[in-house]
Amino acid sequence: MSLTLTPNIANADDFYAELLAIHEGRSKAESDALNARLILILANHIGDRAVLREALAAASQVANEET
Amino acid sequence: MNKIFETPLYPYARSADQDVAEPVRHKAVVVGAGPIGLGAAIDLAQQGIEVVVVDDNDKVSWGSRAICFAKRPLEILDRLGCGHPMVDKGVVWNQGKVFFDTRQVYDFNLLPEDGHEFPAFINLQQYYFEEYLLNRLRELETEGASIELRGNNKVLKVEDKGDHTTVLIDTPEGPYTVEADWLIACDGAASPIRSMLGLDFVGRIFEDNFLIADVIMEAEFPTERWFWFDPPFNKGQSALLHKQPDGVWRIDLQLGWDIDKEEEKKPENVIPRLKAMLGDDVKFDLEWVSIYTFQCRRMEKFRHNRVIFAGDAAHQVSPFGARGANSGLQDTDNLIWKLKLVIDGLAPESLLDSYDVERVHGADENILNSSRSTDFITPKSDISRGFRDAVLDLSEHYEFARPLVNSGRLSVPCTYDGSALNTPDALPGGPERSRPGSSCSDAPLDEGYLLQRLGNDFTLMAINTDAPAELEESGIKVGSLSLYSEALDPALAERYLGEAQSAVYLIRPDQHVAARWEKFDEAATRAAIRRAIGKE
Ligand SMILES: Cc1cc2nc3c(=O)[nH]c(=O)nc-3n(C[C@H](O)[C@H](O)[C@H](O)COP(=O)(O)OP(=O)(O)OC[C@H]3O[C@@H](n4cnc5c(N)ncnc54)[C@H](O)[C@@H]3O)c2cc1C
Repeated sequence: MSLTLTPNIANADDFYAELLAIHEGRSKAESDALNARLILILANHIGDRAVLREALAAASQVANEET
Repeated sequence: MNKIFETPLYPYARSADQDVAEPVRHKAVVVGAGPIGLGAAIDLAQQGIEVVVVDDNDKVSWGSRAICFAKRPLEILDRLGCGHPMVDKGVVWNQGKVFFDTRQVYDFNLLPEDGHEFPAFINLQQYYFEEYLLNRLRELETEGASIELRGNNKVLKVEDKGDHTTVLIDTPEGPYTVEADWLIACDGAASPIRSMLGLDFVGRIFEDNFLIADVIMEAEFPTERWFWFDPPFNKGQSALLHKQPDGVWRIDLQLGWDIDKEEEKKPENVIPRLKAMLGDDVKFDLEWVSIYTFQCRRMEKFRHNRVIFAGDAAHQVSPFGARGANSGLQDTDNLIWKLKLVIDGLAPESLLDSYDVERVHGADENILNSSRSTDFITPKSDISRGFRDAVLDLSEHYEFARPLVNSGRLSVPCTYDGSALNTPDALPGGPERSRPGSSCSDAPLDEGYLLQRLGNDFTLMAINTDAPAELEESGIKVGSLSLYSEALDPALAERYLGEAQSAVYLIRPDQHVAARWEKFDEAATRAAIRRAIGKE
């Protein structure tokens, strides 16, 4: 299996709204903590180290291009 | 009150070496009578090599030092004849709890695997550890082994003379010189010998201080390892509580970087901290209080011609994971049989370079693990702290996060993957854990345990197949151990056969696997022995 980088979430707008909703009313620190927990939960769900490495690289790649 | 660590156990006594015109030549000189120097000397003596140990002190370890000893070093100590007294005195533990802020987030049981003679871990004060090693040294002395321990003998100078080393030693009655065919430097993390030879010791210092206290108390705390992240009694820092024999408890309190060490160490500052941790009504006495900063570093090479470094002198790690003394004992376990073969002229001197390769690999593994633990315990950035706290919060609710909690990855034996002494694996379906390079796992036999039957010499272990009772190659006598299925414990089959129907293992004197096959093949076995002694 390799990292999916094509659209994969049904009703993407609904998901996006749900993602923002869990942050509603939270301070920056609380939201940062929430994001960290979310990353760890998702990473564990994926489990596959090769896919995780691809995901880490894909996310870093964008950051590198921006700076 | 005369405690063992206050008693001069090897007081200075004049040696005949001090009264001769020409320096006396010794086969082996070990510098340092800490855990590693004593282990090296006992191993040498058991191998019949004449050895002199010098130490600038005359007592066992002073202060709060190692407490936690893992299975592999206990197995090595058993081969050295002093594993059992340690276990009998030590506190065996398997349970632990992790706290975050005011909550217990989870508890664990190490669930040690069955079928091993020795427990996964014991806690024992380093001064007792050294005392039992000293007892064993004295026992060997009584049996007539050529082993001598000289207290208050401080090495001032060493000089590489090509085929030997000269050692200038200071004593209360003035200096004298000896010569050593082989010098084993076990003179600790500050190794004066390393400096004398101008060798470097690079690595990483962790910008943090830890208050380490050993307290004597009658308390109800169970025999468990308790680790706190960010507890109310030590805000923003960590803490550890662990039991030792004689009602002594080890307490580690992280203090941070910008502190006044002398102030923090004063009882009037230490006692309130401990009361906040233990509760106001717990009565305790302080045995030791020290403040440590920790580092992870190693020498580039452990062998420098005829001076060979082992233990903390060669590498240093932070204590999270209990890898210091534990890994130092694996150094000498690896070194001494090789040195014996070289001294006896049975192996080329280059065999000693495999000590370097194998134990540098071990040191790197330890440094990696203890650096990671230290980074988890003392996060170096906001984001690192954020993830750390997220892991801890999740661990309270979800099992998946618990393996990510890193309050020290406790020492496990090192596998010498890729060592030139290994013969490529030739046992299809053989278990991964017993591949060439690994240290043999213990397993029950009809009588006793497997590891009691291995070590000190090469052994050919045949399971469900035949191998010759004796074999000699390149002057090396290889003993054999035959195990057949009627008598085979399932644990042994699982650890050594896996999917295979039969197996033949060539096992080194340090109980590491050199080669394995399905059936005995004489030519292959001979080649594997030559390879394992650096001749191929
Ligand atoms: C707080 C703390 C907790 C620890 N916990 C653990 C643990 O749980 N488990 C674990 O395995 N390890 C632990 N360690 C590490 C462990 O204490 C060391 O790894 C171990 O002591 C190393 O042994 P050594 O023989 O190499 O060196 P040392 O014990 O330092 O011995 C060196 C010896 O050399 C002698 N010497 C020095 N210079 C000279 C000289 N010029 N001439 C003659 N003699 C000399 C010294 O007197 C000393 O006796 C801990 C360490 C600390 C500080």
